[in-house]
Amino acid sequence: MSVDMKLERSAPQFITHEPLLHMTNISKRYGDVVALDHVGAKVYPGEVLGIVGESGSGKSTLLRMMNLQELPDQGTYHLDIETEKPNLFDMDRYARLQLRSRHIGIVYQNPHQGLLMKHTSSGNVAERLLIAGERSFANLRAKASDALDASEFPLERMDAPPIELSGGMQQRVQLAKAIALEPALLLLDEPTTGLDVSVQALVLDTLKRLQQDRKITMVIVSHDLGVIRTMADRVMVMRRGQVVEQGLVDQVFQDPQHAYTQQLVHAKL
Amino acid sequence: MNLKSLSKDWEAVSYGFLDASAKRELRRKMLKAVAVPGCQMPYASREVPMARGWGTGGLQVSLTLMNPQTIVKVIDQGADDSVNAASIRKFLTRVTGAKATWDTLDATLIQSRHRVPEEKLTKDQILVLQVPNPEPLRSVEPNMSIARQMHADADYSRMWLQLYEQIVRSGRVMQGASYPSMVNGRHVMTPSPIPRWDVPKLHMAEHLTILSAGREKRIFAVPPHTRVEPLVFSDVPYKVEEHGNITCTRSALKGFFMNEIPNDDGTSSYEVSDSNLGIKALNAPEDASQKIGETWYQDGEWAQ
Repeated sequence: MSVDMKLERSAPQFITHEPLLHMTNISKRYGDVVALDHVGAKVYPGEVLGIVGESGSGKSTLLRMMNLQELPDQGTYHLDIETEKPNLFDMDRYARLQLRSRHIGIVYQNPHQGLLMKHTSSGNVAERLLIAGERSFANLRAKASDALDASEFPLERMDAPPIELSGGMQQRVQLAKAIALEPALLLLDEPTTGLDVSVQALVLDTLKRLQQDRKITMVIVSHDLGVIRTMADRVMVMRRGQVVEQGLVDQVFQDPQHAYTQQLVHAKL
Repeated sequence: MNLKSLSKDWEAVSYGFLDASAKRELRRKMLKAVAVPGCQMPYASREVPMARGWGTGGLQVSLTLMNPQTIVKVIDQGADDSVNAASIRKFLTRVTGAKATWDTLDATLIQSRHRVPEEKLTKDQILVLQVPNPEPLRSVEPNMSIARQMHADADYSRMWLQLYEQIVRSGRVMQGASYPSMVNGRHVMTPSPIPRWDVPKLHMAEHLTILSAGREKRIFAVPPHTRVEPLVFSDVPYKVEEHGNITCTRSALKGFFMNEIPNDDGTSSYEVSDSNLGIKALNAPEDASQKIGETWYQDGEWAQ
């Protein structure tokens, strides 16, 4: 089978909704480097989409675009959150910022990227609520502790600055911050990379529980197939800026069609 | 060759020290600042015979606004007789021929550092405040180009976050001076390091306030009848300093902003910070002209 052949399996039949996230034809170059080459993605409400691929495959670039942090050279991006569904890449900077702060939550691999390390943990969560216009101190406290509680953060430490916390706790603060406004879309960029295996399992456990309780739509980027296997419903395999294979997780991992995916699934130390 | 051939012929210095183009620029920037209350307008801050950081911003605004009919009052931390205030006042009167006063009620132009006088200002008066740091977002966003963008987006959530952090860590809002305030519901400004006590005096005031930072080269303004609202949480009310019950040890005035003076035995005594108010209170029994005007605070309570 040729390596460049793309395989696509149709969406499962029971999904009758419109996709919550719909990206088409995204391309992005950095100088001579093609980061994304006509990539499309659909995520359905309540679904968890995993994106796997090696370093430099474009998965993080794609996630940054989903978070509206970066614009592509071409392509469209629609989110099914309001009756009007404009192409988000066509909106002005301010409108994008508003939409992003209200409807999209993100957890970064590196907590320094997503958190104010010297502010209190509850303050980090409160910032999101403040952006949304909450101006009552009591409500801020209550909502921040709710969000921290939902991400299974020990509440007696809610006023400790993240810099004093362990890696796993920092990720929980990030998660609380991301879900504080009950976003339509939660993006996770290698959320458990760099954590030791037992902490990783606990954080994934929290994520899984949140996903089941709140039916949050998630996109999770990871190079760890184990993480994708536990978390995701569907998986997209990326390589050199292209989607080489996508489908249900079990399907893809049990019976990989593309040569690269086969290599990936069988790769063992 | 002699010295005369090398030097220019003698010419009178421009009226009010600054040259005409400098004053024109300042006037235009002041008009802009008044048109968009609370928004910082950049301007070309000129050299004046004073070090940057000692009130050069305020001085340039005063020099531009003054004419021979102006009656000017200069205060530094409420006092007319401090070195900085005295030398600025002397310079202003010398280069403009204007009269000087210590009395808030007589003045048409008041240049001030860190205080707003206790007596109510009227529509015929202009208050010029010297500002060391005009950017309220500096403490939360060190990158000034991002701070500009935050002003443009009216994104002030980080300012509230700062207050949140203070309440969580210390149990109350610790911001003493330069309390961030929303002007006209749009721009957050730092009202120069005036105490919390003075911020309500700018809200819906009769007088025009111009705030000028010479070193940072920014002018902003609070026009008359403009809302100036300190940033507060809806359930944590704004509090001024608890000076309402303190009596001045020299003038026996009560219910005004006080200076704390440490005593040898570890206790403190207090003097009224607006020094000319104290002087008036002392002279009032003998001199009827030394009458204290209407004040913003009465018996330590905001009166309105």
